[in-house]
Amino acid sequence: MFLTYLRRELRRRRRQAIVVALGLALGIGLTVTVTALSSGVQSAQQSVLHSLYGVGTDISVTQQADRGSGGPQRFDVQRQRGSDQNRKSFSTDRVTAGIGLQSFGAATVAKIAKQPHVSAAAGGLSLTDVKVNGKFAQQQGQEGQGGPGRGGFGSGGSGGNPGAAPSQPPINVDTFSIEGVDLSAPGVGPLSSVDVSTGRSFTAADAKAKVAVLASGFAKQRGLTKGKTLTISGTKFTVVGVVSGGGQSTDVYLPLAAAQSLADQAGKVTTIYVKATSASAVDAARAEVKKVLPKATVTSSADLAGAVSGSLSGAASLAGNLGRWLAVVVLVAAFVTAALFTVSAVSRRVREFGTLKALGWRTRRIVGQVLGEALVQGVLGGVIGIALGFLGTYLVNRLAPALTATVANGATGGGAGGHGGTGGPGGGRFGGGFARAAQHTVEVHLAASVTIGMVVLAVALAIAGGLIAGGFGGWRAARLRPADALRRVD
Amino acid sequence: MYALTGVTKRFTKGRKEVRALDGVDLSIGDGDWLAIQGPTGHGKTTLLQLLGALDRPTSGSVVFDGDDLAKLSERRLAAVRARSFGFVFQFFNLIPTLTAQENVETALVPLKVSAKARRERAATALADVGLADRSGHLPAELSGGQQQRVAIARALVTEPAVLLADEPTGNLDEDTRDEIIGLLEGLWKDRGLTLITVTHDSTVARRAPRIAWISKGRVSLRKDDRRVQRPRRATRKGTDGEAPPKGDDGATVPKSAGGASPVTDGTTEEETAAE
Ligand SMILES: Nc1ncnc2c1ncn2[C@@H]1O[C@H](COP(=O)(O)OP(=O)(O)O)[C@@H](O)[C@H]1O
Ligand SMILES: [Mg+2]
Repeated sequence: MFLTYLRRELRRRRRQAIVVALGLALGIGLTVTVTALSSGVQSAQQSVLHSLYGVGTDISVTQQADRGSGGPQRFDVQRQRGSDQNRKSFSTDRVTAGIGLQSFGAATVAKIAKQPHVSAAAGGLSLTDVKVNGKFAQQQGQEGQGGPGRGGFGSGGSGGNPGAAPSQPPINVDTFSIEGVDLSAPGVGPLSSVDVSTGRSFTAADAKAKVAVLASGFAKQRGLTKGKTLTISGTKFTVVGVVSGGGQSTDVYLPLAAAQSLADQAGKVTTIYVKATSASAVDAARAEVKKVLPKATVTSSADLAGAVSGSLSGAASLAGNLGRWLAVVVLVAAFVTAALFTVSAVSRRVREFGTLKALGWRTRRIVGQVLGEALVQGVLGGVIGIALGFLGTYLVNRLAPALTATVANGATGGGAGGHGGTGGPGGGRFGGGFARAAQHTVEVHLAASVTIGMVVLAVALAIAGGLIAGGFGGWRAARLRPADALRRVD
Repeated sequence: MYALTGVTKRFTKGRKEVRALDGVDLSIGDGDWLAIQGPTGHGKTTLLQLLGALDRPTSGSVVFDGDDLAKLSERRLAAVRARSFGFVFQFFNLIPTLTAQENVETALVPLKVSAKARRERAATALADVGLADRSGHLPAELSGGQQQRVAIARALVTEPAVLLADEPTGNLDEDTRDEIIGLLEGLWKDRGLTLITVTHDSTVARRAPRIAWISKGRVSLRKDDRRVQRPRRATRKGTDGEAPPKGDDGATVPKSAGGASPVTDGTTEEETAAE
């Protein structure tokens, strides 16, 4: 009887039932979409952060070189091998360690690894390879005369002063970034976050090999694939794999030892990647690192998240604020509408319910009937809402532009943050802008997805909506006096 | 079966107070057929609601089978309604979305009857009112008389001790009215139930062996020989021009469906005084 009656009533008030269900569906769909969107944004943020120093890494440590000591490398065109001044042309291929970054020794890494709240520490050496070739214009490019650079021909560097007399083209400058990866601590560091597209990532056996893993963007740009050879500063490396999702700040990953020998930096690292014993131990680990290296820049994920800006953080705040509020408003409106509709439907059925009471139906049974009808509407709304949520999420993924995230200077674990402005005339030195873009921008695609949790949330909302509507309706029905059955004329 | 003493029912409409029933004393025996007659708005429905445990009096007691309905819990009242009373309404009050069969079944729902027994009993009840072939129809697909038959089947399917009918013919044309009254009369005779009908229509009331005249919330009837008289006030003020009930010998209601009770005009003041 309960089901027959329920079905018939819903069919009779089909239009109203659909309006109520659609209202709830809209609210639920919006909630699901917004939740999916914000979790998509969150995971995009995560992937940006991870791309900077790996999934397993909680803290990265870098240290600025003392001012004046400069980076370990000087870049001096005139002394480059392979250049031939007489022919008025030059060609160089130099690998430089992160200019402006202090290097740490292996002992420091080991010491940090031993700290009580640190579960693992790995060194990383950030290098930049610069190939320059071209011709000098006559009488130009002399040492002390401004060098070849318009200081900014690194990417986005602001440090280099324009040379006094710019050399004439063509000068080809080609730079890419190299990360020496410590293979003894596989869970930490830049490669811990990558997805292998082809080939493989490094294994411990690669520690002394001349092998390279390439970022997919770089591999594509250079037409390099697995098995091909990449020559860096005269050393040949075999490409063993192409990875994506890792540091888009890094083009080439090399085993740490190989990277160190390229830069004549045996045993040295520029970044220490630290993994805390647990998520809650990050702060403690950070304090310990700070004690060991008082002058170092110690950056945790939380710091980094705060430093992420750009359209990604715009999307995050959009999803977080506007979207959430919109969903809440629509949900509340849907709940109120459902409740009002249900109450008014009950009011129109005074005679019907009064009659049932006159027939001996307990109030409880009548309230149950009203609740049942409202719940079915709610569940219907939930089902449509989940479908709308999937649709909305799909549309967001399809239509959302690629988001960019910019991580401010100093926050990147990847070894940016050289001090700019040292490229004065005559020095031929390049500022931090040359080592790495001081601001690091990553493009991410939003991949919002509806999870089981969101479906559960939607179902809960649907049931809540049904219960709220049915509760009000039932409350109204419970207050009906059976006497009204004989009195009320519709 | 029923003993009403000093029953008063007041309604407050805004600041105004309406005395729908004003000190009603009434007793109804097992198996009686009592017609409650009176002009519209004088408390008939209110009285029937109190008799049917649909409402509680403001004061006084409505004792049914030893229980004061005024004092029973809402839960007990629901049980009494389900088990002991059957209702027939002026506007039929069928659930519009349910078929005739299902409408009849709703009365069995509170009695926790198995679905199978419910179906069988409902079908039998429908057959008893001559609607076996209409069981699958919705109320909207039935005529007024047929709808009222369904309502009567619904009222009787629980085999109640009392059948309460509020203007059961009020919404029907004359032929159908006679048909329904004939049906109720037949059921009353066959089943030995107590039948209480409310009507403002004396041609209907006349069919009952006993008539209670209600006017301005006061009931008057001659208890000794079940003769019914018109109360003074109604006569004087001619409240609604209704022909007054007759001092006919109610015990000899003709059993033939077509025949109306003989009518004697001119109920006297003395008769009223005798009350
Ligand atoms: N729920 C109520 N609220 C206020 N007044 C009511 C209510 N029910 C009945 N009344 C009043 O009580 C009086 C008797 O009504 P009722 O019993 O329905 O009369 P009848 O059935 O004889 O036409 C009328 O004046 C009516 O307006
Ligand atoms: Mg009435």
